[in-house]
Amino acid sequence: MFAKPSLIAASLALGLSTLVPTAAEAHRRWLLPSSTVMAGEEETITVDAAASNGLFIFEHRPLGLDDLSVTGPDGQIVEPVVIGSGAYRSVFDVKLAQQGTYRIAIASEGMMGSYDLDGERRRWRGSREDMASGIPEGATNVSVSENAARTETFVTLGAPNETALSPTNVGLEMIPVTHPNDLIAGETARMRFLVDGAPAAGLEIEFVAGGTRYRDEPGIRTLTTDAEGMVTLDAAQPGLYYLEASAGRGEYEDGPDRRLSYTAVLEFMPL
Amino acid sequence: MRIIARISLPLTAVAVAAPVSAGDLQVQFEIPRLRVAEYHNPYVAVWLEDANGKAVANLDVWYDTDLRGDDPRKWLPDMRTWWRRIGRSSTMPANGISGPTQPPGRYSLRFSEGSRPLPRLAAGSYVLKVEAAREVGGRELVSIPFQWPPAKPMTGTKLGSKELGAVRLSIKP
Repeated sequence: MFAKPSLIAASLALGLSTLVPTAAEAHRRWLLPSSTVMAGEEETITVDAAASNGLFIFEHRPLGLDDLSVTGPDGQIVEPVVIGSGAYRSVFDVKLAQQGTYRIAIASEGMMGSYDLDGERRRWRGSREDMASGIPEGATNVSVSENAARTETFVTLGAPNETALSPTNVGLEMIPVTHPNDLIAGETARMRFLVDGAPAAGLEIEFVAGGTRYRDEPGIRTLTTDAEGMVTLDAAQPGLYYLEASAGRGEYEDGPDRRLSYTAVLEFMPL
Repeated sequence: MRIIARISLPLTAVAVAAPVSAGDLQVQFEIPRLRVAEYHNPYVAVWLEDANGKAVANLDVWYDTDLRGDDPRKWLPDMRTWWRRIGRSSTMPANGISGPTQPPGRYSLRFSEGSRPLPRLAAGSYVLKVEAAREVGGRELVSIPFQWPPAKPMTGTKLGSKELGAVRLSIKP
């Protein structure tokens, strides 16, 4: 069995209606690809999926792969080969048979809530469509929130293309303006953040270099998106970087509370 | 036409003995002999960039065309700058451009403007790039800027420090 996403676990533990979700409650969630820039007729990458505090260290627990989805260079779904799940990480392979860019994501969305019925507090989980039928008539004190979490990374065989990078327009997501497999240390990279397809202005982004085990400072840089949802990433050193953002509490639309989170692993190459 | 001449004369002597003809661009470079336990011939790429860093000519690419078991193109991205500037948008192997890796030694490549793979170049600033990457070894990039067309025969030399020896560019109007 795969563990449940930590954001859901955290919100269950802390109560449903009052929580302002922040990154502090959750471990970092990441997909670590064996390579991001490749050549040849076809290639296979292997990817580790884990949640941890240290980057990129297998120290906490594996990520579940139920919501794993790989989008190929033509926008079609590519079936990954799931190897399995150990104490600290899940592992899967992705065969790259087409030239271009692949988006590898664990994206989940769902609603959960609680209500009073017959003098008892009860919990409910399901999809937005199931809400009407899932919460019985006569329920009082209904509290419902929605979660949308996306964890992703990008790899390219041959020349990069943009098809797989199109927005899904669901939840919080990053749309690379600078191609995510054309990132060079010392050059600025621009990324746009969207909430349900609209620019996420004033969003706080956490940007951290890997290798936390070998330094004393956490090395977290906090960046804020501009009015267009745009942020500029600046990696002085080549390496793997982790990026995280979260939003919630109906900041971006009316209706039930929403907890949106996004994390990504990006590789900045030396030139 | 792809012409690789392995030369044994010192570079200066070659430059005198075999001056470039009109419209020619000559690149000479050395792959140094290294004392390492495991040695593989390096991958080498030679190309031209304009003043904006845009690749305008993919002149020569040496890679392991006989690699067994793997796609021989697998390690081309190790020539990182070449891969980003022109390699990933090129098809390999490329007739008249790519060829097998070569052992340590001095090499001379000659290109005629307007004849594949060197197209007619607009007047302006350019940079010759020579990049070498070696399996279980390092990577090195040497750049020599030049103006085209040159008013008179010009040469420029840069010394590599690890994976490349002396790189020399000779151009003539």
